[in-house]
Amino acid sequence: MSCVSGRQWWPVPDIVLLLPSVLQPLAGGQSVLTAPADGPVTVASLLDAVAAEYAVLGRRLRDETGSLRRFVNIYVDGNEVRRLQGMETQVSPGQEVLVIQSVAGG
Amino acid sequence: MVRMATASETFVLAIGTKKGLWLATSPDRQDWSLTGPHFLMAEIPSIGIDTREGRTRILVGVRSPHWGPTVAHSDDLGATWTEPEQGAIRFPADTGAALERVWQIYPDAGSRPGVVWAGAEPISVWKSTDGGEHFELNRGLWDHPHRSEWGAGYGGAAAHSIVVDPAGETVHVAMSTGGVYRSLDAGASWEPRNKGISAYFMPDPNPEFGQCVHKIAADAGAAGRLYAQNHHGVYRTDDNADTWKSIAEGLPADFGFVMLTHPRREGTAWVVPLKADGERIPPDGKLAVHRTDDAGNTWKHLSAGLPDHEYNSVLRDAASVDTAEPAGVYFGTRGGTVYASADEGETFREVASHLPDVLCVRAAVVAGA
Repeated sequence: MSCVSGRQWWPVPDIVLLLPSVLQPLAGGQSVLTAPADGPVTVASLLDAVAAEYAVLGRRLRDETGSLRRFVNIYVDGNEVRRLQGMETQVSPGQEVLVIQSVAGG
Repeated sequence: MVRMATASETFVLAIGTKKGLWLATSPDRQDWSLTGPHFLMAEIPSIGIDTREGRTRILVGVRSPHWGPTVAHSDDLGATWTEPEQGAIRFPADTGAALERVWQIYPDAGSRPGVVWAGAEPISVWKSTDGGEHFELNRGLWDHPHRSEWGAGYGGAAAHSIVVDPAGETVHVAMSTGGVYRSLDAGASWEPRNKGISAYFMPDPNPEFGQCVHKIAADAGAAGRLYAQNHHGVYRTDDNADTWKSIAEGLPADFGFVMLTHPRREGTAWVVPLKADGERIPPDGKLAVHRTDDAGNTWKHLSAGLPDHEYNSVLRDAASVDTAEPAGVYFGTRGGTVYASADEGETFREVASHLPDVLCVRAAVVAGA
């Protein structure tokens, strides 16, 4: 995945995005995507970078207004972003972002 | 009478359910082979089978409760599916809206190859000129001044029926809830056309718009004639929807969701009555299709081959006709049983059972096997 906030000037750890198995075919079979970043980025810009490379995957996570789909949950280091600052939640290099679908349906 | 497909033809029945798509094929509309589920765990509320331009394209509206809606298509009878990267239907940013569900996929007439219409939730109409791969929002309806007064039916607020005049520029759209709207300029502008249709559930039971129309269909043999199954009420118009009159007399109930018309013959239509608003079951628990051959003046009860007892309803798009002679009639229940008739409803045969709730059924005679 491409750098999400511009050119890197020194080595920093990647942001790691973990995908559930059901979405992995939309990312070329990968379960983990890594995003180089030279500083904190928002979840929204991280997902923009995901969508730029994997457009269908991006549409599975957010609708065309940029809102997270109702039964998609995203955790940053174990905290669900809706309880943080939503799409504006900051993610720093080295942090882990986890995508999990809600336990919902019938 | 058994009408065999020619050696180069196959009958195809696409069955959209709450948990995926099944495809049935048959050489004679008697014996069916099923494949599926395709799109397991996603609901399929809309299907269009486009047999124009020398190919068979199956378009499906797909909606995952988790991952949202999309439109996919297959040009090889479901062996492979294609989904446009950016999505076939995508609300423009200035609308601030997001697609919730595609309720209708309607390939236009053969004289307009490549044109496919879609109806969606939130209430919107879309038009594609590339065979359903990319759609453009109809701004005339989206920006309609009535929009703020349209409501949502139990299933959502959607444009669920699109009827396009194959020879002209007239388009009728039905929405829940808002009623019937007509465009005489190929969708550029829209006017409500509900005179004569009751909205008993509103303070004014005869409003200009706001009716809860469940399905509309055009008479293939009579210009300007359409039929409507409403939330209580079955109607016909002979003047292009300027006025409607009840044709419910002779039916066991005026409630239901389905309205089908014959692909060629004037005056023939089918409904599947349900007892009432509050009791959405076949009257007396006995499932039956009713057909008129005189534009709704009289109705014929048709239940040969259907079960003695059935308490599931049939939803608005869970029924279809094919274009064969005699026409085939198909429908599925919310109990997951699908029936086919090769003789215009005189007799039915079970195609599939124990599927998830059937949301949409579409049938076609296609080239190839």
